[in-house]
Amino acid sequence: MPAMLRTLARKMGLMAHSFSGGIHPDMHKLSAASAIEDVGISPVLILPMKQHIGSPCSPLVSVGDKVLRGQKIAKSEGYLSVPVHASTSGRVVKIEEHAIAHPSGMGMPSIFIEADGDDLADESLEPLTDWRNVDPTVLRERARMCGLAGLGGAVFPTFIKLVQDKRFPIETVILNGIECEPYLTNDHRLMVEKASDILDGMAIIMHMVGSSSGIIAIEDNKADAAEAMQEALDTKEGMDGVQVKVLPTRYPQGSEKQLIYSLTGREVPAGKLPMHIGVICQNVGTTKALRDAVMLGRPLTERIVTVSGDALPNPANLRVRLGTPIRSLFARQGLEDFSNIQVIHGGPMMGERLRHPDIPVVKSTSGTLALSQNAMQSAHTVESPCIRCGHCSEVCPASLVPNLLADFCRSDQFDKAEDYKLFDCIECGSCSYVCPSNIPLVHYFRYGKGQIALGRREQAFAEASRQRSEGRDERLAQEEAAKAARRSKVRKTHAPKPAAEPETNTLTSATDNTPAATAKPEEKS
Amino acid sequence: MSLIMLSSPHAHGGDSIRMMMFTVMLALLPAAAVSIYLFGWLAFLLIVSCMLSALATEAVCLKMMNRPLSTVLDNSAALTGLFLALTLPAATPWWMAVLGSVFAIVLGKQVYGGLGHNIFNPALSARVILLISFPLSMTTWIMPMSAMAPAIDLYDFSICATIFFAGTDALLATSQLSLDAISMASPLGHVKTEATLGVPVAEALKAYDYSYLDAFLGFEAGSIGETSALALLIGGIFLLARHSITWHIPFAYIGTVLLLAAIFNQAAPDQFASPMFHLFAGGLILCAFFMATDPVSSPVTPMGQIVFGIGCGVLTWSIRSFGGYPEGAMFAVLLMNCAVPLIDHYFRPRVFGHHVDEQNAGKKQ
Repeated sequence: MPAMLRTLARKMGLMAHSFSGGIHPDMHKLSAASAIEDVGISPVLILPMKQHIGSPCSPLVSVGDKVLRGQKIAKSEGYLSVPVHASTSGRVVKIEEHAIAHPSGMGMPSIFIEADGDDLADESLEPLTDWRNVDPTVLRERARMCGLAGLGGAVFPTFIKLVQDKRFPIETVILNGIECEPYLTNDHRLMVEKASDILDGMAIIMHMVGSSSGIIAIEDNKADAAEAMQEALDTKEGMDGVQVKVLPTRYPQGSEKQLIYSLTGREVPAGKLPMHIGVICQNVGTTKALRDAVMLGRPLTERIVTVSGDALPNPANLRVRLGTPIRSLFARQGLEDFSNIQVIHGGPMMGERLRHPDIPVVKSTSGTLALSQNAMQSAHTVESPCIRCGHCSEVCPASLVPNLLADFCRSDQFDKAEDYKLFDCIECGSCSYVCPSNIPLVHYFRYGKGQIALGRREQAFAEASRQRSEGRDERLAQEEAAKAARRSKVRKTHAPKPAAEPETNTLTSATDNTPAATAKPEEKS
Repeated sequence: MSLIMLSSPHAHGGDSIRMMMFTVMLALLPAAAVSIYLFGWLAFLLIVSCMLSALATEAVCLKMMNRPLSTVLDNSAALTGLFLALTLPAATPWWMAVLGSVFAIVLGKQVYGGLGHNIFNPALSARVILLISFPLSMTTWIMPMSAMAPAIDLYDFSICATIFFAGTDALLATSQLSLDAISMASPLGHVKTEATLGVPVAEALKAYDYSYLDAFLGFEAGSIGETSALALLIGGIFLLARHSITWHIPFAYIGTVLLLAAIFNQAAPDQFASPMFHLFAGGLILCAFFMATDPVSSPVTPMGQIVFGIGCGVLTWSIRSFGGYPEGAMFAVLLMNCAVPLIDHYFRPRVFGHHVDEQNAGKKQ
């Protein structure tokens, strides 16, 4: 019924646009009214080499080195990557693998810094207070150098989006203050407390992409944040093209492509980026971090983390140095004993369940939750058969048919799964949330995506091997033919030349060895 | 707990199969109450025996397949039993009711692999098996109390128990009543019989003393749960409001029947009954709101559901107007059940972000 009313309202022009599907989970915004508190500096900070989407960084420091806050300690490898910085001053005590936020308990090479307590800053980066007169490409390099990645949780390197491309002029800059995950309030508090800084960041983004119009999108469950942003907007100069838009609360409105549709009525085509339809979208936390990077010359070394959950005595929003162990945050908020408690990294809808709280805060740590066994049990009971009620397709924001997709993934019919657009699933979890049979649909989708990716890699490898082998056969045949031709020539002249034979032999073995040698490293990759 | 892979999301809305099935049973409460008001203890005995035998059959099946018995209580078997009871004539004997329930659970559901795997609506398939196996019993309509009194009192438990356990003949033998005195034709059956004799619809209905109000309230002959359009509509609206079903199937289904009936009634009023008659007659409303919307055997996507509903509507009206049986609703639903995999395949929603060029072009300023 609500879906029908919504469609009707849209047709009648009462509602501009709204992404399809979605759910209304209990929001549990326990920490919405708690002001951001600074937690200070933990004695040891652990900085994993990969805190972004893309390839991991490699360390630039070795054990025993002194480092300063904001000093680059690991350099990015490859395009889709940003460097890591020391989040306080101190000494590198070890570089070894440490557990990161991953359900498997998987580890990642990490740099351990023992804080010296002085928190001395590396001031080599100049503040660019006059950024309006700075070339956008310089600012873009600044965003990369400062290690900025999307702080909403996806940690996509920020600089990649901040580009001017003549083919795709940016019409609208969208500031994402939706924060649709239950429990999380870090963006909410940041907007309430740092509205002016966020607007500075937004102005920088608009300057960088050459756009003059912008939208600050906030859901209606954060009226105080919308008010604060509007107030700051009214007093700020040169922000005439920017407006605050309050959207009705619905999960997953914060998802980039869904949000763009809600605001503009335009769909980002599958496989394309928002910039291809003239839009870019940045999270409010990232925007504030960009402002600090440009105007203060400060790399990304801290972030706001919501520490919450039904099993936590004092939910809060904390300003935390990257690398701070999550356990210490829970301890600060009154939780020491983790028996019968599940720790989640991120929100309950898309976050990872952790095996233990001994992992560091990283760039993607928008929040961390301590959920009671009860809260988890309701989500993770044994699955029953699918009764095809179709609730999953109703709520799917990508308009997929999750129950059929799950069937295909479960029975390894991956070609069918791809035909039903498995890769358009954003893993928002709405389908699993409403499933009366408690089917872990998203889990099946992850399995399917993983298997398909593996299959593609294997196929690519097999294809490469086949090409190598065919190339070799062809080459050998050619050499054989050349040899035969030469022999017949020799026979015709009746004058054997013994020197010719060994020469061809060495040539053959030399060319034969080269591809074999190059094949080895390829096999490893 | 530790063996379950804990993949996100870590929150759940709280819906369960048991709750969904229970909601449908609640929605059938008005219809069940009206059936008991109209047919007294007969309806009560039918409902109870169908539900109990469906539960027992389910338990035996699960036991034989070494599956956990706890799923007997997921309310799906009980609901199937209730559905079946509501589609039966009041004078159905106990063994036929039990046999129907066994058919519904075994042939309608468990042979396909149990809950969620059946192609056909279990209750409807059992109802059709009974109709084909026992055509006379399944088309003998005992008069409701509103028309019957004072011939026999259906609120008298012993009379009803005699009919239910010993058969209608046993009662007739002791009370010197003829079958004609306590039974009547259903409106659909009457119109069909008269039509074969060349009597125009309007005259046939006049002779039957047909009234739209009675049909709407349920004071007419028919299966115990299908007579009252009012009670079924209350249940249907409850399901829509609770979001247990969506509007697509019932609206498309009933809309199609009304449209076809209206067109043909305009063209040839002597031959074809009016849309209102079709709406209140037989099992249309029961089928549209409760049977065709059975999630397992209906399409998943909104577009598919509309196609499914239209198909059901066309078949229902066609069978009623041209077929050998007076009522076609259950055949229509079962026939469309077969088409569900095909409908699901061809009427997929447009995936977000695909084929958007034309969409975006229109909206670009």
